Amino acid sequence: MAGIVGYGAYVPRMRIKVEEIARVWNEDAESIKKGLSITEKSVPSMDEDAATIAVEAARNALSHSGINPKEIGAVYVGSESHPYAVKPTATIVAQAIGAGTSLTAADLEFACKAGTAGIQMLMGMTDSSMIKYGITIGSDTSQGRPGDALEYTASAGGAALVIGKEKSECIAEILATASYTTDTPDFWRREGANFPSHGGRFTGEPGYFKHIVHASKLLFEKTGFKPSDFTYAVFHQPNGKFPKNAAKLLGFTEKQIEIGLLTPLIGNTYSGASMLGLCAVLDNAVPGERILVTSFGSGAGSDSFAIEVTEGINEKRGRAVKISTMIKDKQYIDYAQYLKNRNSITKR
Amino acid sequence: MEKASAGMWRKIDSRYNLVGSMCERCGTKYFPQRAICRNCGKDTKMLHRKMSGRGTVYSHSEIRVPAEAFKESAPYTVGIIELEEGPKVEGHIIDNGKKVEIGTKVKTAFRKMYTDGEEGLIHYHFKFIPE
Repeated sequence: MAGIVGYGAYVPRMRIKVEEIARVWNEDAESIKKGLSITEKSVPSMDEDAATIAVEAARNALSHSGINPKEIGAVYVGSESHPYAVKPTATIVAQAIGAGTSLTAADLEFACKAGTAGIQMLMGMTDSSMIKYGITIGSDTSQGRPGDALEYTASAGGAALVIGKEKSECIAEILATASYTTDTPDFWRREGANFPSHGGRFTGEPGYFKHIVHASKLLFEKTGFKPSDFTYAVFHQPNGKFPKNAAKLLGFTEKQIEIGLLTPLIGNTYSGASMLGLCAVLDNAVPGERILVTSFGSGAGSDSFAIEVTEGINEKRGRAVKISTMIKDKQYIDYAQYLKNRNSITKR
Repeated sequence: MEKASAGMWRKIDSRYNLVGSMCERCGTKYFPQRAICRNCGKDTKMLHRKMSGRGTVYSHSEIRVPAEAFKESAPYTVGIIELEEGPKVEGHIIDNGKKVEIGTKVKTAFRKMYTDGEEGLIHYHFKFIPE
């Protein structure tokens, strides 16, 4: 059965506070902080993009896994901010992590859930013995139009999972997965456009909640599990509030989602979001504990996973930087620096 | 553009993973790669060897009048890093809030170095970051 052999993440250290963005647009920071349940977000440096974040996360995952990178048979990078429109991020990552050349690689795009689509692809490929190991990464430097509500949450970060099937090498088994997908125009970015557009409140009920709830319930039906069978739950987190409401709708407690809810501190890392939440949970989980992870990608779809932590996690603990350490290591910037980092203002 | 592609392609291993050379005969390591060992001359048996990426700052300087490719990021710090394996390597040193001085321990990070204009290639490269 496919499982997680190693995991790793990367969060850029620059942060901008809600107060600083609200100051520029003459908005009420307190009501935004309360409404979105977020305090600050991560911002990439000028020399960071979805490829550099993916490489750093993948290198951390490889250190954690302890595997020989030459044995990786597939590299998938999920992102909606791939640096090139044509030329894969996955080949850059494969070369930078020292993987061999006898591998398949591709960039995936499904808004915020492309990385978890990669998990499912690798589950099939490892379970069928087509490959020994695969690595899937969710990485983004997401964009929010200046003055748009998204600007408060769209952040940067990534996470990587090494997937294999040898139980003795795994830190967690993936017991089951289920997906729910529809054609829902809740959020999009046209080719060549710098910023995404969205359907405002339409992104909530018909988008996020419908797909998260359906995919999670499909997983419950498939496995016979109920919310109380899980120690932790991680939901995609476009803001700090939606995952709390989704948890309530499905019958999870706030305690179950507490550790994996990172958006209030680093913003919405898009393709990285649910996978980063899973990494934060794995930093703390002990053998025998179960984790529910349900991602969401606009457009729209959700992938849900039932994961059970195995004994292997103790042996590999401490091999990679903890997510909480990355989150604490930060440097605040003002709005002008933020615009410069996002390439919105340039020097003549 | 063709020249940029070929030049970049040849240097990918060095730029991404700090792959240098090691003389199999005497064990001396080099970065960047070279064909002939300074010690062994015609008896050189050179192999490719990935450096650990860890080292210490041998010398450093802050650049305030940058080259065109780096005009957006000035001021920035460059340095000569003495790798654990011995070679001294020039590189950019990332500002992560830690003080940079001679002897500061650093490791490599994977970053964007520069781009060939709006439509050209993106050049990724190792940089050094204080530990």
